[in-house]
Amino acid sequence: MNSAGERLYNGIIKENPTFVMMLGMCPTLAVTTSAINGLGMGLTTMVILAMSNLIISMLRKVIPDDVRVPAFIVIVASFVTIVQFLLQAYIPTLNASLGLYIPLIVVNCIILGRAEAYASKNPMIASLFDGIGMGLGFTLGLTSIGLVRELIGSGKIFGMAVMPASYEPVSIFVMAPGAFFVLALLTGIQNKVKLNMAKKGKDVSKIQSGCNADCASCGSKCSNAKE
Amino acid sequence: MSDLRKVSSSPHIRDKATSSNIMRDVSIALVPAAAFGVVHFGINALLIILLSVVSCVATEYIYEKLMHKPVTIMDFSAVVTGLLLAMNLPVSAVWWMPVLGGIFAILVVKQLFGGLGQNFMNPALGARCFLMISFAGRMTNYTYDAVTGATPLAVLREGGSVDALQMIIGNTAGMIGETSVIAIVIGAAYLLWKGVIDLKIPGTYLLTFLVFMILFGGHGLDSTYLVAQLAGGGLMLGAWFMATDYVTSPITPYGQIVYGVILGILTGIFRCFGASPEGVSYAIIFSNLLVPLIEKFTVPLAFGKVKAKGGQKA
Repeated sequence: MNSAGERLYNGIIKENPTFVMMLGMCPTLAVTTSAINGLGMGLTTMVILAMSNLIISMLRKVIPDDVRVPAFIVIVASFVTIVQFLLQAYIPTLNASLGLYIPLIVVNCIILGRAEAYASKNPMIASLFDGIGMGLGFTLGLTSIGLVRELIGSGKIFGMAVMPASYEPVSIFVMAPGAFFVLALLTGIQNKVKLNMAKKGKDVSKIQSGCNADCASCGSKCSNAKE
Repeated sequence: MSDLRKVSSSPHIRDKATSSNIMRDVSIALVPAAAFGVVHFGINALLIILLSVVSCVATEYIYEKLMHKPVTIMDFSAVVTGLLLAMNLPVSAVWWMPVLGGIFAILVVKQLFGGLGQNFMNPALGARCFLMISFAGRMTNYTYDAVTGATPLAVLREGGSVDALQMIIGNTAGMIGETSVIAIVIGAAYLLWKGVIDLKIPGTYLLTFLVFMILFGGHGLDSTYLVAQLAGGGLMLGAWFMATDYVTSPITPYGQIVYGVILGILTGIFRCFGASPEGVSYAIIFSNLLVPLIEKFTVPLAFGKVKAKGGQKA
């Protein structure tokens, strides 16, 4: 089960980092004040995640086990630096609105988690697509949270006013508490959909994350675990 | 509420108090302050109170119907929430503000956490803070009789002088139910007489706050300043009606004293050093969050047990 398609599906739906694994909560809650910020943060993370997964997978036989975490961080930090320079040069507005959260991608637990749990044990192409899939899943989560928060909190979608002029923005939604409301609401809806599907007897094993997606610390044999 | 009730071993105390009796008493006790608000601020205040109560009760009814739970609107707790919420709104509030606040109070703060008895935060205050953060401009617009009035606390902060007597009567700008100390104290006296609340929480709260203001208020023992601080803003309403909410205050006697002291200190800090002249509602919801911790550290000694040597509880 290391095909590119399966990895993408796994990252976007089955083990969605935001709604299923609840990883990377710090950027999720902090930067999703608007849809465009969520999208920008998600895509930035995706590029770094895919590239670092690729390199870590390449070097997985070279990196000694004892110092693997520092080695992973060096690789991730290099890509974060590259991406930040690119953003500063070409999309300065996004860089300004994401601010500190770009350098903080270095310690994003999705990236270290995937390096530890997947890329350090699996071949290159599968790891690359694992990174892309997880990154897209993260992007999807962040963008949908940002969309709801922006719509309620400032009456806009991607910066365009969609609500009638008489609509009074509920500005708590673009502040910190709103992030918690929307994240909990979307996760709840998503779990409800899964429960309903399970009740109707549909096969949800493909969607629901059977394990905690943490293959590294899991003893049981499954199709995801290799080596 | 869970159907599983934990029954401890005897002896048991028989009591006629039920949730609905208590909540009915609280509603009655709120009437003087609400009535004063309507007389003082005009018919619009009555409209806001009605909207808020209806919105709370309707939200509770609809949610419990949808979730196939027993409908608990007859226990008056939603009515109390609605009343308290309306009393924490300015009279200039637009019609959708009490409605939105009521839905938020019942749905998000109360029902999502399991309904009456399970909410960790006072629903009315949660909704007030929700509205305060979202619509700061509208929530601090104390216009009545077409006159924009600054609240006495805001005047005090700017260094102006206030008439403490008018503040006690309630003839000032402010939220609907918070201006008249006399009306609130009448309601509180009723609750004390009925045994619904006791003096531990409000007493320690007000006393601690007073001491804090003497020490840090910057006016020393200036009695006008101290009376104005005690009578101004939501302190009276908060201390007597919202800090004493059964669900969100500690159940242990020592815990209630600790809780009152924390409330007084926090209110003092918010009022003296915070960005806004008022801090009661944030102080109360913040202390609500500390309640489980306070209860954990103040479990009273069980009957018959003795204190071990060295002050350790046996």
